[in-house]
Amino acid sequence: MTRAVPASPRPRSSRTGSAGHALPWPVWVPAVVGFGLIAVPVAGLVLRADWPNFLSLVTSDAALDALRLSLQTGLTSTALCLLFGTPLALVLARSDLPGLPVFRSIVLLPLVLPPVVGGLTLLFLLGRTGPVGQLLDAWFGITVPFSTAAVVIAQTFVAMPFLVVSLEGALRTAGDRYEAVAATLGASPMTALRRVTLPVVLPGLVSGAVLAFARALGEFGATVAFAGSLQGTTRTLPLLIYLDSQDDLDSAVALSLLLVVVAVVVIVGTRTRDASGVR
Amino acid sequence: MSAAGAGPESREGHREPDRTVDGALRTDTADTADTADTADTARTADTARTAGLTARVTTRRGGFTLDVAVQVAPGEVVAVLGPNGSGKSTLLGTLAGLFDPESATVTLADRVLTDTAAGVAVPVHRRRVGLLSQQALLFPHLTARENVAFGPRCAGQGRRAAGTVADRWLAEMGVAELADRRPSELSGGQAQRVAIARALAVEPDLLLLDEPFAALDVDAAPAVRALLRRVVRDSVVGGQTVLLVTHDVLDAVVLADRLVVLADGDVVEQGPTAEVLARPRSGFAARIAGLDLVTGTAGAGGLHASDGTLVSGAASEPLDHGEPAVAVFAPRSVAVHRERPAGSPRNVVPVRLAAMEPQGEVVRLRAGASERGPAWVDGLAADVTPAAIAELGVEPGDELWFAVKATEVAVHPMRRRRR
Repeated sequence: MTRAVPASPRPRSSRTGSAGHALPWPVWVPAVVGFGLIAVPVAGLVLRADWPNFLSLVTSDAALDALRLSLQTGLTSTALCLLFGTPLALVLARSDLPGLPVFRSIVLLPLVLPPVVGGLTLLFLLGRTGPVGQLLDAWFGITVPFSTAAVVIAQTFVAMPFLVVSLEGALRTAGDRYEAVAATLGASPMTALRRVTLPVVLPGLVSGAVLAFARALGEFGATVAFAGSLQGTTRTLPLLIYLDSQDDLDSAVALSLLLVVVAVVVIVGTRTRDASGVR
Repeated sequence: MSAAGAGPESREGHREPDRTVDGALRTDTADTADTADTADTARTADTARTAGLTARVTTRRGGFTLDVAVQVAPGEVVAVLGPNGSGKSTLLGTLAGLFDPESATVTLADRVLTDTAAGVAVPVHRRRVGLLSQQALLFPHLTARENVAFGPRCAGQGRRAAGTVADRWLAEMGVAELADRRPSELSGGQAQRVAIARALAVEPDLLLLDEPFAALDVDAAPAVRALLRRVVRDSVVGGQTVLLVTHDVLDAVVLADRLVVLADGDVVEQGPTAEVLARPRSGFAARIAGLDLVTGTAGAGGLHASDGTLVSGAASEPLDHGEPAVAVFAPRSVAVHRERPAGSPRNVVPVRLAAMEPQGEVVRLRAGASERGPAWVDGLAADVTPAAIAELGVEPGDELWFAVKATEVAVHPMRRRRR
């Protein structure tokens, strides 16, 4: 089977057309205000930055430690989200378990819960005196809180729902018609999942993973509550930015800009991916 | 009834824990299967255990109870006709294993696929039952060739061998040059051709067709229908066993050996296609899709009816002279006259008006045979406006002339058993 190149790589831009003419004017005013609300602060950040010292600010030991830790933990928790969130989304979208709406609500809890509350619940559960933490400590000598693992757990806790919501939506939109066809063609449920379901929802899976990564990268509340702020071990970029904002504003602004750049790279990267379709 | 499917040949007599489609494979508790047993269904269970399809389905769906017994001999094409909501899709879903009937036995090629009384329900992917529906539903991430190769790959064939099989079937369906395209780059007719190739490439024991041309535009449908007819007839496996569900009488005429007419979940009529269409006993069969049909054989310039009269019309595809065929035209293309008209219409036949049925904005005049003309006019319909009725001053029993222009008449081939 050859890997086929599509015959006509014509751009499928959704920006063509003249929808702008059809929009009533009351839409425009709040739209501009809303855009300004997002764009102006970022622009302010650019203006406020201490550009002559920018490079030295973002390459300080503390900053590099935090960036490395942020990327490490962010990618690890995204991988965990994929590992556990994908099956979870499949169960939510395809199974007919009784009480499924209740399960869904529980899965979505981290979306509405203040992250610091999430961090505290994790601390109560896995802390040295917590019901599970106690056992881990006694049996394996493992202490989870205030370790890099705690950062990953906290990030996975808050980021997983983003992946699940995005993927479940994609699964429901795709419906089970393709799986039914695959079954009539002799595909076992596992084959249908591997060769039909997952490829069909791949765009949803990718955008869900990106959302989860972005959320993990920006995680603050749950991390600070569950993992603390130890340089090189648990002090991720957002934690360092907050710390610096108390006494070293120039560094905080520079690191914030660094996060903005990372975020833009992520968004641009996935946009290109979406536009090129499933390959 | 419980003995109907539980033969020693039932290799798949255990329930699979895996599930393919949402809610499809739940175990059913045995319902009161015996209550609905009739002499007819008992006969169905006894015969044709050897091969082909034997199915009996009883299930409540919405407002009615579906109670159907269907048999399809190997290589036979049976069309199930019925209005919307008559239970056609439920029947297909049960045969494919996608629905959970309350009570059903399905035997295909000596294998028991479903026996609710014995707790047998072979999962969809082990049934060897293919399904082709209105939408082509090609896997969007695969090329046409990869779509067709999907089934053979699942059956354990290697990449290269499956690709060869796919190319052969794509060529068979006349779309070999589209092999490397993705579904988004195919037209509706092209996609459906690829879907047919995909369904046939696994050489299913039974192919289910669910309104396969309903979503195609009027220009594309006849060609795809003719192609499917040829492939199903001349299939390399020597005649594909097919159950076709449709509400388009043309599908049935062109493809089917036998018709089963469903209404409100019951079989109201069944028999050879030509017989059912020539002598419809049920109201639905008589009015299927509201078309006029004349059966006969293909000849130069149209169709020779059973008594030799020529019905002038154009063939929908090249036909051999003497080949079984049917002339089809719409009731609204029939002009009604008191005196024999002397105009251009090539087809002018005397009829005796049997009935007048108001149908919305028009009145449908139903013809009976007249002593002056051929018997095959019995049942033909002509739609005219109430104003025209008033002008003509007709009433049942009147002797009239029906006239149809040859350009309004399409002559289609009729499926015939090769054996």
